Amino acid sequence: MQKQLLTVENLTVEYWTRKGKVRAVDDVSFYLGKAETLGVVGESGSGKSTLGLSLIRLVPPPGRIVKGHVWLEGKDILKLREDEIRSIRGRKISFVFQDPMTSLNPVKKIGEHFVELIQTHEPNVSRKEALERAGKLLKDVGIQPERIDDYPHQLSGGMRQRVMIALAIALNPYVVVADEPTTALDVIVQAKILDLLKAVQSIYNTALIFITHDLSIAIERCDKIFVMYAGQMVEHSNVRDMCKNPQHPYTQGLLKSIPNIELAEQKLEAIPGFPPDLLNPPSGCRFWPRCSYAMERCRKAEPQLIETEKDHLVRCFLYGEMV
Amino acid sequence: MERWCEMSQIEIVRVENLKKYFPVEKSFLERLLTRTRSFVHAVDGVTFSVRKGEVFTLAGESGCGKTTTGKLILGLIPPTSGKVFFKDQEITKLDSEKLRLLRRKMQIIFQDPYASFNPRMKIGEAIGHPLEIHGLATGKEKRRKVLAMLERVGLTPPEQFKDLYPHQLSGGQRQRAAMARSLILEPEFIVADEPVSMIDVSLRTTIINLMLDLKKALQLTYLFITHDLAIAKYISDRIAIMYLGKIIEMGDKKEIFSNPMHPYTQALLSAIPVPNPERKRKIMELKGEVPSAIKIPAGCRFHLRCPFAENICMKEEPELKAVTADHIVACHLAKG
Repeated sequence: MQKQLLTVENLTVEYWTRKGKVRAVDDVSFYLGKAETLGVVGESGSGKSTLGLSLIRLVPPPGRIVKGHVWLEGKDILKLREDEIRSIRGRKISFVFQDPMTSLNPVKKIGEHFVELIQTHEPNVSRKEALERAGKLLKDVGIQPERIDDYPHQLSGGMRQRVMIALAIALNPYVVVADEPTTALDVIVQAKILDLLKAVQSIYNTALIFITHDLSIAIERCDKIFVMYAGQMVEHSNVRDMCKNPQHPYTQGLLKSIPNIELAEQKLEAIPGFPPDLLNPPSGCRFWPRCSYAMERCRKAEPQLIETEKDHLVRCFLYGEMV
Repeated sequence: MERWCEMSQIEIVRVENLKKYFPVEKSFLERLLTRTRSFVHAVDGVTFSVRKGEVFTLAGESGCGKTTTGKLILGLIPPTSGKVFFKDQEITKLDSEKLRLLRRKMQIIFQDPYASFNPRMKIGEAIGHPLEIHGLATGKEKRRKVLAMLERVGLTPPEQFKDLYPHQLSGGQRQRAAMARSLILEPEFIVADEPVSMIDVSLRTTIINLMLDLKKALQLTYLFITHDLAIAKYISDRIAIMYLGKIIEMGDKKEIFSNPMHPYTQALLSAIPVPNPERKRKIMELKGEVPSAIKIPAGCRFHLRCPFAENICMKEEPELKAVTADHIVACHLAKG
């Protein structure tokens, strides 16, 4: 494999609940190049957020990473000591979450968030210096540096999310993981925040993992997309191929079910059925109960990911005979 | 898409200059010191009518007053001023008993199907409950109606679903049950307040298509409230765009999407994500953020953010004026 910034291999995460084991992330592998944008698309419960958190080993209990590797700069993050991984969190891989109000400390001024972050990772930096850097970062994300003395509740939702982005890029990380960063925001603010993410990405040369349920946004904003269903990667390719030639029936169904305001007349087709209960997932392919192409074989055996075209992976028996 | 009464011009609901101001709570000391009361202008003079058999959409960002308007129409909260008519009957004048009788004809579906069901009531009981309240059916007749309605909204087999509790249903199933509950009284008019915004993507289309099928089969009229213009475009016949408590543009869906006249509508449309990787997106830049509904800007309430604002916009509030037969806009600069 060519040299990549971040490589994830066979990552498997399980929640060990009283009712049984739930495999939230099931044998997921992918890689991310420098300054690339990868969209992770899936519904609630598909494991996309768990996947994001496991990259920096922050899966909340009772979740545990049972298998896999996350390679960054030749080191496996999943094997690091706790103090080693702390130097990666926020510094090399940082996060932007959906709800900025729960990620900011309500009794701390905006500037203090930056001071704490910067001084934790760079103990030699003085408070004054840290605040200066904070002012510059705020300017980069379109907030007046005077707001540095405000408390989080004094900012609007969009501005809080801008602060979160400024915090995420403060230490110039390799990778920013944005988990539904605009879901709580109105459409105009959403567009501005997405533009901002793109802009800081090119200034700071950061790779972005964009986790979302909204396929339209992923198509518009990402270079590559992978679609998750019930914990598994079902399709992975660059955005153009995914739109022109979607291969997995689930991806095809999603594309037919999202409204597109550019089209004059559109008949949306729904995917029948419901997402599976991961406590007892269906046997065989996890999508077969909802799939209109389901064959006998799909109920019995689990399909593996295969490469149908260059860099286009799909987990479906329909493509089994090829290659 | 055929419509069961394409050309209907009969108004089923008419809203005239409807206003709702909520008082801002202040501390005792503040009240003593300032001696003024301030209000949130949630709905600030809204006039429109919904025609029989159509899907009329109120769209806008959070805080624009769309949900409050929906609640005012059903008489769930009293208006500060203005009138609401349901088929020539003035709702805003009715006493609570008459309003209760009228509710059989007007129902609502809420955004959150988790919050709108009693967790201790089985789905079948919850759906049959309105029949009892209105004294329409009991016993076997009620049971028959509930089963038929469960079947109708796709919760099959109905015998099985009627005995489940709300927590045993998924979000999409619960929203179907909510629809069954509002349809059991055979209403003519439904307010659907963001009915799919909390539902998973792959199930949204099912619910939307079900709503459209039911509309046709049961001859319903919808007031659809949403922040999602892509869904609004799919489901609506006519759309009204709201900003800070007022309708700023209203008209036929095709007109609004192909020829948006108000700068705010243009900005909203330009911000909608489109699933097309080839598209070069140009987002119209707006200054700042939505101002507070407590202090509405003078003149056009949009002028502080408008990229085209002129002198007149700061002084005079624009009236809604006709651009074409079925398209009105409140902007000084729009040309009719």
